[in-house]
Amino acid sequence: MNDIHIITRRSFIRNLGLASGGLIIACSVPTTSTNDKKKLRAFNGSTFEPNLFIQLKDNGELVLLASRSEMGNGVRTSLTSVIADEMEADWTMVTVKQATGDVKYMDQNTDGSRSVRTLYEPMRKMGATAKAMLKAAAAKKWDVAATSLIAENHHIVNPATQKKLFFGDLVSEAATMPVPENPPLKDPKDFNYIGTDLKSIDGPGFASGKPKYGMDIKLDGMKYVAIARCPVTFGTLKSFEKDDATAVVGVEQVIEIPKINRPFGSLGGVAVVANNTWAAFTGRDALRVEWEPGANKGYSTEAYTKMIVDNVHQKGKEVQNIGNINRAFANAEHIVESTYTMPHLVHAPMEVPNATAHVKADGSCEVWAPTQDPQTARAEVADFLKVDKENVTINVTFLGGGFGRKSKPDFIVEAVAASKAINAPAQVVWTREDDIQHSYYHTISAQYMKGALDKEGKVTGWLHRVAYPSITSTFAPDTGYAAGFEFGMGMTNQPYPLENILCENAKAPAHVRIGWYRSVINIIQGFSVNAFVDELAAKAEKDPLAFRLELLGPDRIVESPDGYNFDSAKLKHVLTTAAKNAGYGGSLPEGHAIGLAMHYSFLSYVASAIEVSVVNGKMKIHKITSVIDCGTAVNTSTIEAQMQGAAIFGMSLTMYGKITAKDGAIEQSNYHDYQVVRMNETPEINIEIIKSSAKPTGVGEPGVPPIAPAIVNALYQVTGKRYHTLPLKDHGLV
Amino acid sequence: MATLKINGKEYTIEADSSMPLLWAIRDLVGLTGTKFGCGKGLCGACSVMLDGVSIRSCLTPVSAAEGKNIITIEGVENENKVLQEVWDELNVPQCGYCQSGQIISAAALLASNASPTSDDIDTAMSGNICRCGTYPRIKNAILKTAELNQNSN
Repeated sequence: MNDIHIITRRSFIRNLGLASGGLIIACSVPTTSTNDKKKLRAFNGSTFEPNLFIQLKDNGELVLLASRSEMGNGVRTSLTSVIADEMEADWTMVTVKQATGDVKYMDQNTDGSRSVRTLYEPMRKMGATAKAMLKAAAAKKWDVAATSLIAENHHIVNPATQKKLFFGDLVSEAATMPVPENPPLKDPKDFNYIGTDLKSIDGPGFASGKPKYGMDIKLDGMKYVAIARCPVTFGTLKSFEKDDATAVVGVEQVIEIPKINRPFGSLGGVAVVANNTWAAFTGRDALRVEWEPGANKGYSTEAYTKMIVDNVHQKGKEVQNIGNINRAFANAEHIVESTYTMPHLVHAPMEVPNATAHVKADGSCEVWAPTQDPQTARAEVADFLKVDKENVTINVTFLGGGFGRKSKPDFIVEAVAASKAINAPAQVVWTREDDIQHSYYHTISAQYMKGALDKEGKVTGWLHRVAYPSITSTFAPDTGYAAGFEFGMGMTNQPYPLENILCENAKAPAHVRIGWYRSVINIIQGFSVNAFVDELAAKAEKDPLAFRLELLGPDRIVESPDGYNFDSAKLKHVLTTAAKNAGYGGSLPEGHAIGLAMHYSFLSYVASAIEVSVVNGKMKIHKITSVIDCGTAVNTSTIEAQMQGAAIFGMSLTMYGKITAKDGAIEQSNYHDYQVVRMNETPEINIEIIKSSAKPTGVGEPGVPPIAPAIVNALYQVTGKRYHTLPLKDHGLV
Repeated sequence: MATLKINGKEYTIEADSSMPLLWAIRDLVGLTGTKFGCGKGLCGACSVMLDGVSIRSCLTPVSAAEGKNIITIEGVENENKVLQEVWDELNVPQCGYCQSGQIISAAALLASNASPTSDDIDTAMSGNICRCGTYPRIKNAILKTAELNQNSN
């Protein structure tokens, strides 16, 4: 149930940062956290919990108060287009105002590919409500029945008389109309914007350098800050010598940043405060600091990888046990075994972590930052300053990429700590080296898979054992074991209805901060499942496509309590469509082959077919064909862009992605040794979006997981070799 | 003290002559469209035109830019407005952060090569990283701009 309300109370409107007047429609979108609900009640003084807002001004301007962060996901455009479509608004009259971090705007964490998914229905309902009230207002003016009127391009029109009234001119009257209970929603065949290639609402600005990202904020008296942090995660400061740093022209002072033992606390270190960024960087490099590396100083990737490989070769903790795996292996005609390893990865968004904070004399604090999660940032800042959250304002700037890195506000806490220490506005900027060496890393993994085949090449047993430091280690004492939500990203919900399945988890303690990274564990488990099925197909001497279709079996629905059921027919359809679009099974140039993979994640179905060749030992990717079924496609231009970007993101991690530690310190430092794909390596990328009227599902992340396995499956066709460890640069292929 | 000519306008700034042009433009002049990405000339986010050539302002000291004609993203409108319009029309940007540098490199390419091939574009643009992966649309935008410019000549 989504309750729609009209907001008229002036103090409330002011609190939202909106201009007074006009028609303000609010919706209460259920939040998952009861705690948040309690806070909302306190805020509103009642059970009325509006948390999503639009305003139609009397000049006709339609403003969406955007609760989700724009980081390339196109969310400001997609959400706005849904309301505009239902309202029959003129797209040129639509603007977006970015909400500050506050529970009154519902869950603002822009992650999990769920912004459109969770807001689509409430947004439609709000648009329909606004339209119904505008019609009622026009009906009153013309003294006709509202049902006889239509909305068209920002006007209410009376088809009988051809008279029309501009939305803006109806606003004050509309605001006095009763709120309709269940305003009718448009028939999807009448959508104007939904399902089209709608351009970004922020597009012209991007092409002229106008949008403000975190570092573009300039405040009077603001100081620039660069911080030296311990190379080993959670190491501490022993001593520092600052004279060489203060000798740098522009450096004003050197201060300590406290180490805060919270999941998103600052790592602590020595901060150089200067009157420009360059001086801060130069001063930071001139510091001489001694660190106490602490418990993680023994972390070295080579030894650690060996250890987790050993661990996955021994019995682990059972997380899923179906049928009788031992009997399946005992009765098998063939057994196939493989061990896969993948290293840590880092997000490396083009915009490094940065934040600007101003802790004021009255104890209040204002922050400007590229954050995916402004509410968590607000909570962390309030905790650090020991003030009520109401005293903390988090302004969300544009994000120069996030990919999960900017959902962790440690860099914001640093800026607040710096501002507090110097009694002036402070802008903390990380260098690229800081970003690569002090992140919340995508986890390192080892996986062991063992399959049983019978005489007909049918899979009769499936053992999947994983070891990776868990994301939960960032939040709670580390047990060395992962959590259900991690297993559910491609292991315990793998798509094949097999009779005998055993999934296990082996130990892998964390020695760096572990965090979300675009597509998260789906990258890891999607890789092993798709690569292993190909190996089983080869053992069964069957075509990889036919083998997968046979293994998927008759179409079936797996019901889910959240109402988003898994439909195997949809997965089958994206796979066969990708194969067809790629020309799978047809004739290819000499030495070329197509590899396949499919993965269900973030409630969307994606398959990729990737054509590669190897010439003189080097791989060339010729074409990536991906197909997505994400339910109703809200913005096809954005979906295509996200899928293209996901393919390139997937290529980067497959070819180059590798973060390693030695004696606890990260060995990579910048884009020369943490390479990402460039234009000259980018192949033709063909995207198809399956037409669907189902509820919209995830778009930002689901395109990534099939890329790595499709590439290695293609390489097998070409070279006869199985590549079980990524990245491919370690095999000399790139 | 240094004098920089940026987008046709002269700015006198208090900068150490070894300061990279990037920080002079961003922190001292206050034009923030030019972005910091890596500080090592590896990603191209900081690209500006120096006498018509796309250079990495994070590695170029102020002393090397004095007396030269600097064009930043804020000045591209006067160099190649069509490119910017096509960029918007094809909905090229995702997060947008690297796009200033991408457009600078694209404008510099088109100024020296009115009808670049796909390979020419790869060569000219591969110094500019886009982590969102907008490369396919960047290439289309450059090809389309070249086509429009050819037709209007």
